[in-house]
Amino acid sequence: MSKGKEPVFQMTKRDAIEPWKAWMIRLIAVALSLVVCAGVIIALTGLNPVEVYKGIFDGAVGTKRRAWMTIRDTLVLLCIAVGITPAFKMRFWNIGAEGQILIGGVTSAAMMIYLGNTLPPVILFPLMLAGSALAALVWAIIPAFFKAYWNTNETLFTLMMNYVAMQVVTFGIIFWENPKGSNSVGTINSATKGGWLPKLFGLEYGWNLVIVLALTIAMFVYLRYSKQGYEIAVVGESGNTARYAGINVKKVILRTMAISGAVCGIAGFIIVSGASHTISTSTAGGRGFTAIIVSWMSKFNTFAMILVSFFLVFMQKGAGQIASQFNLNENAADVITGIILFFILGCEFFIDYKVRIRSAKQAGSEE
Amino acid sequence: MKLRKMVGLALVSVMALSLSACGGSAPKATTAAEKTESQASEAAKTESKAETTEASKGGIAKEDLKVGFIYVGDENEGYTAAHYKGAMEMKKALGLSDDQIIIKWNVPEDETCKDAAMDLADQGCNIIFANSFGHESYMLEAAKEYPDVQFCHATGYQAATSGLSNMHNYFTNVYESRYVSGVVAGLKLNKMVEDGKVNKDAVKVGYVGAYPYAEVISGYTSFFLGVRSVCPEATMEVKYTNSWASFDLEKEAADALISDGCVLISQHADTTGAPTACEAAGVPVVGYNISMIATAPKTALTSASIDWGPYVTYAVQSVIDGKTIDTDWCQGYKEGANSITELNKDAVAPGTEEKVKEVEDAIKAGTLHVFDTSAFTVGGKKLETYKKDGSDVEYIKDGYFHESEHGSAPAFDILIDGITTIDK
Repeated sequence: MSKGKEPVFQMTKRDAIEPWKAWMIRLIAVALSLVVCAGVIIALTGLNPVEVYKGIFDGAVGTKRRAWMTIRDTLVLLCIAVGITPAFKMRFWNIGAEGQILIGGVTSAAMMIYLGNTLPPVILFPLMLAGSALAALVWAIIPAFFKAYWNTNETLFTLMMNYVAMQVVTFGIIFWENPKGSNSVGTINSATKGGWLPKLFGLEYGWNLVIVLALTIAMFVYLRYSKQGYEIAVVGESGNTARYAGINVKKVILRTMAISGAVCGIAGFIIVSGASHTISTSTAGGRGFTAIIVSWMSKFNTFAMILVSFFLVFMQKGAGQIASQFNLNENAADVITGIILFFILGCEFFIDYKVRIRSAKQAGSEE
Repeated sequence: MKLRKMVGLALVSVMALSLSACGGSAPKATTAAEKTESQASEAAKTESKAETTEASKGGIAKEDLKVGFIYVGDENEGYTAAHYKGAMEMKKALGLSDDQIIIKWNVPEDETCKDAAMDLADQGCNIIFANSFGHESYMLEAAKEYPDVQFCHATGYQAATSGLSNMHNYFTNVYESRYVSGVVAGLKLNKMVEDGKVNKDAVKVGYVGAYPYAEVISGYTSFFLGVRSVCPEATMEVKYTNSWASFDLEKEAADALISDGCVLISQHADTTGAPTACEAAGVPVVGYNISMIATAPKTALTSASIDWGPYVTYAVQSVIDGKTIDTDWCQGYKEGANSITELNKDAVAPGTEEKVKEVEDAIKAGTLHVFDTSAFTVGGKKLETYKKDGSDVEYIKDGYFHESEHGSAPAFDILIDGITTIDK
């Protein structure tokens, strides 16, 4: 009787959970979220939720072109997420991916404009890729340098660098404006397609696919199996421990941000040369921030990032379709995405903790 | 050491290597690309064959027609709301059903627009409209890939020079609406001076503009000329937001103009930002696109507006009839494409309605020319001649600037005396 204060729900941390159980929990969460979304859709719009889901599906992968657009944007988001991951694993809050992408993109655009129609592709594309990576690498290493040597706040620093990058792009737009007075660069080399990533295996975005998947695999191996990857993890856990273990923390910070920036720069190259063929201040389009969600939700596992970025892009493409098909505002799809994300993130709690409900028998017993 | 460095560089170098490897096989890749493209266009041809046979009979049967729209905003934003209204007028006039109209909302002025246009074409649209200035180059791209689909772009100017027979530009003589709304503003200013609320030597109008483009310059100049036609002592200050639609920036710009001594505000930007600021400050305001009376019941006078219905109806009807759509289409007050929204009885000066009627009649009759060169000066001198860079077209003839006659998009981009611009 004296033990009447025992709570109804008891939570205990799990030591480990079998992967299939974890995935079951996640699947149940997604199913539940769809049920809740259905309720919200009926309550707010009176539409048949199954039709709305069909619309989302149709908008994302309904036609061949739509499927490829979804894949194209997934690859870009994935590339950025892969890029920022080493920095975040090091607990270096790199929210400057947006700027690094823009700098990479503007470098690619410049090369397309000045060299796109003269250099042979065999030189041009490696040069564009390397140039974009290098430019973004330099852009990323500036805040890393200040962090390493003077311990400046990298969050603010990388954020501010985004605005500077934005101005660099704005300058580029005015400089290359085409046609004059339009405040946009328009499609670069639209007649000659100079500097446009060619098709590979007959696939429009074949190169994007190959480059990004190669980066995804390389980054996975680098983080999991290389000594440098281990150093990143140690520095992320504790700088002092790292120092005690004889790791050169300054060097790790600089090196990791260099890699992070370079990959984001490659993302800029892929966007400009492989997808949009233009440069604008919306080239990065907030994806440098969305990628942070992708990276964290995937727990820095680059393969999980493929799924997460696909899901986010899928929902975004679906959003446009239901807006068009049912005359719903696109925000309606944001609500759906939000609910699903809430469940997916929330279910991690049930993966980490075991919840036991106090049964009547237990409550009744003395012991 | 070496090994470690190699791992560190792997990310970049592997890619570079594989890319240069690609370069070698690039010609092959291109032929493959061309092949798929030609296959695609062949497929498109066979698909369109059915349409062509019908076209020879006179266009596309009304029931088979699909119309696509690409809008930069949604119904909450005045400019797009006006376009949507025009689309609905067309739907009603031609008796189309709901599923024959496909609208893409909130399409930004970047490559998303090309995706949207291609997707609409894939869905079988025979004619596609886009409503924002920055959509144009992406519409051109899509027009190249779908030669059988008609692409109509509002406010643009590249259709004539693009050499594409399926690309069209359209706009209306919005400067006429702006001029009339300027007359309403001028009468209000006179009333304010008469009532002693404003000093005769401090009659300054504020204008919230979007970008320093000809479309905006032509707009505020015609508004100002309307003001000055009844209130000659007025001056005007223009502030740019560098955005077509930003509630916050427009509100801020209006606030800044008011604190700078402007006693009346007008706008060429798409939100209710300026009227909101004006209602709070008790400053009269002339809006754009939609009536601002709901936002500013005490201070909104009227709004210069465009009715897109006549064009959209004309263009879609042309597709049904199998007729060619004008490369540049521009009509005005006379044809019902322009007007001002309802006058706010609580805010306008007495006698406004009569004066407006008189001015409107003169515009319709063609006796009043908005850009009459005797009504303004540039650098203290009357404008005698005006040609644009790289063009031989003389805009000034018979004593007025021939706006929107040599292309549907506005052309007047001269800063006249009495107007000052803040910022660049």
